[in-house]
Amino acid sequence: MTQTVALTGNTAVALAMQQIEPDVVAAYPITPSTEIMQSFATYIANGEVDSELVLAESEHSALSACVGAAAAGGRVMTATSSQGLALMWEVLYIAAGLRLPIVISVANRALSAPLNIHGDHSDMMGARDSGCIQLYAETAQEAYDNTLQAVRIAEHPEVRLPVLSGMDGFIISHSIERMVVEDREAVRGFVGPYVPHHPLLDLAHPVSYGPLALPDTYMEHRRQLVEAMRRAERVIEAVGTEFGARFGRTYGLTEAYRLEDAEFGLIALSSAAGTCRVAADELRARGMRVGVLRPRVLRPFPHARLRDALGHLRAIAVLDRADSPGGFGAPVFTEVRSALYGLPSPPLVIGRVFGLGGRDLLVEHVTEVAEALEKALETGEPPEPVDYLAVRE
Amino acid sequence: MASLREISERPDRLSPGHRLCAGCGASIVVRQVLLACEEPVVVANATGCLEVATTLYPYTAWRVPWIHSAFENTAATISGVEAMYRVLRRKGRLPHNGPVKFLAFAGDGGTYDIGLQALSGALERGHSFLYVCYNNEAYMNTGIQRSSATPLGAHTTTAPAGRASPGKLQPRKDLTAIVAAHRIPYAAQASVHLWHDLMGKVRRALAAEGPTFLNVLAPCPRGWRHATSETIDIARLAVECGVWPIYEVAEGRLRITHRPRTRRPVTEWLASQGRFAHLLEPGHEALIEQIEREVEAEWERLQRLERLGAETGGSNGPDRGGTAH
Ligand SMILES: Cc1ncc(C[n+]2csc(CCOP(=O)(O)OP(=O)(O)O)c2C)c(N)n1
Repeated sequence: MTQTVALTGNTAVALAMQQIEPDVVAAYPITPSTEIMQSFATYIANGEVDSELVLAESEHSALSACVGAAAAGGRVMTATSSQGLALMWEVLYIAAGLRLPIVISVANRALSAPLNIHGDHSDMMGARDSGCIQLYAETAQEAYDNTLQAVRIAEHPEVRLPVLSGMDGFIISHSIERMVVEDREAVRGFVGPYVPHHPLLDLAHPVSYGPLALPDTYMEHRRQLVEAMRRAERVIEAVGTEFGARFGRTYGLTEAYRLEDAEFGLIALSSAAGTCRVAADELRARGMRVGVLRPRVLRPFPHARLRDALGHLRAIAVLDRADSPGGFGAPVFTEVRSALYGLPSPPLVIGRVFGLGGRDLLVEHVTEVAEALEKALETGEPPEPVDYLAVRE
Repeated sequence: MASLREISERPDRLSPGHRLCAGCGASIVVRQVLLACEEPVVVANATGCLEVATTLYPYTAWRVPWIHSAFENTAATISGVEAMYRVLRRKGRLPHNGPVKFLAFAGDGGTYDIGLQALSGALERGHSFLYVCYNNEAYMNTGIQRSSATPLGAHTTTAPAGRASPGKLQPRKDLTAIVAAHRIPYAAQASVHLWHDLMGKVRRALAAEGPTFLNVLAPCPRGWRHATSETIDIARLAVECGVWPIYEVAEGRLRITHRPRTRRPVTEWLASQGRFAHLLEPGHEALIEQIEREVEAEWERLQRLERLGAETGGSNGPDRGGTAH
């Protein structure tokens, strides 16, 4: 039965995993995602889920065990954060290249140095080009819902790619939220049975996974991966729609707020989108027409959707919870600006980096940026294209 | 164990036509191990000569299910495969019923060095698999660089012999002892020229529950600088000169499984390969003495442990109680 409960993001993801009952889970502890594995291990210890739990000696080995397990022919999940995801980096590319549908739950956290355990998106941004699908959840509810959908997306025969399913470390992973959880049987019905694809354990049909491919064949492999990523866009939407039909919460590639009649746009991933919506309401109360777009999916990057949703705006501020030192702006900024380039009269797009290492984003930080956009249009003097919010200079 | 005739009639599960060098010890190791496996197997393979030379896309020499993931994670990869096997068996979802054995093949670089952590983790967790290190005593795939398995005084491209250096300055790591210290049911050293000993060890390893390990000396004509026709002779010489003792540690009890009838001087070993040629020039006498001393010390250590095991009726290394699965 559908229940309204109070859970943290981590325990919500762990519950989703218990309901999915992956065949193999391999993991290694790291703050702030550790609780996912602790809760899941408790489900196993109490006989509430029948999965093999491989407690590896590192995240590199945890994901490597996931690769072996997934190739063997069953459903596989893991969870990590920050340095752990960084240590998995080599194997992420392999999991994607071997087209293994592994779901990797990430409580997003900053990267060292300095050491910092709090939420930002540097970890998943570092895996942007790994060939893994990337979902970013705004709430614990969405983290739970995304975990269920991630299985369907990853395993879809047109896709077969790993999914990184992120939520903001601490802000979501550790905050208790009122949310709805679905009945286990209904979840099982939604995710469906695992359909193996050339499993290693099919001994009658031996296959070789992970051969050497030289310049005359390598590029075709990578090209096919890109095609799978493109198809994933439709699959993510279809799965989000089906999820809505079953459970009443529909998901798409992006989530728009008051954009139709807006002149100004704010763009942010994950939990910061809520702060942006409050700021937009405040600014609208003062007469400034502001809307918000939250990309829920960063890979595949929904560029066409963004052009449709944002093309009519006059100016946009993209807020990034990660940086690209030495680059021209942070990751989401560069992608958004590039997606809008080439429109007949593209909006002005600026980028602001905020909240690194878990620093709070306040409503006034967002309203200040929006007001800077407004002023720029009035005076004709463009603001700094890329800059930082709430940092001591 | 089956007779040589029976074994010779078994289908080769590593097909000919792969691109390993003439005289490569690694392919001999793999074929002997696979011929000794009567059960179906799934193989994980580390990056290295064996992997690149047997699976050039779209070809594969492997007639068994096979996976290569990366260089350092072979033990982790096979533990994932084995974990999936266990859970699917429990849930009745295996595509194929009956016993399956899990094998990992990796070079010394992928085992002694970069893969040691993953190996240690998998041994400690107690997955059932046989890990085979084909030990050619250097990183051969990338062009003969030193590893921690490279012996003292050997010339490699990253620890070359030169006017100011005699080659590798450190003796090799005793990985078999490190592995045995995990108190796994079975660990052994073997050599390609002793096929009967090697295949018997594979059988004993596969009969055990839990992780098992074989460290097999696999001469490399390119890296060791010997003729491609000499691989088996060189392996024999390694054992007869005492530089590669042949033993096993089964349930904590050490046994020397092959004693050379004649013990030949270490200098014969050094003279047999180009990688040691510089040591025979004047000025390296002290180093040769050191190598000889170490060979003697290891031989004595092994004999002592063997006696101890025989006297106490068991464990000179500790037993492993067995794991929960
Ligand atoms: C993380 C990583 N580091 C380095 C390499 C480069 N590399 C590939 S194979 C290899 C050497 C393998 O040596 P060994 O394990 O002894 O096997 P062999 O080539 O001798 O068969 C190296 C260094 C790699 N593939 N991955």
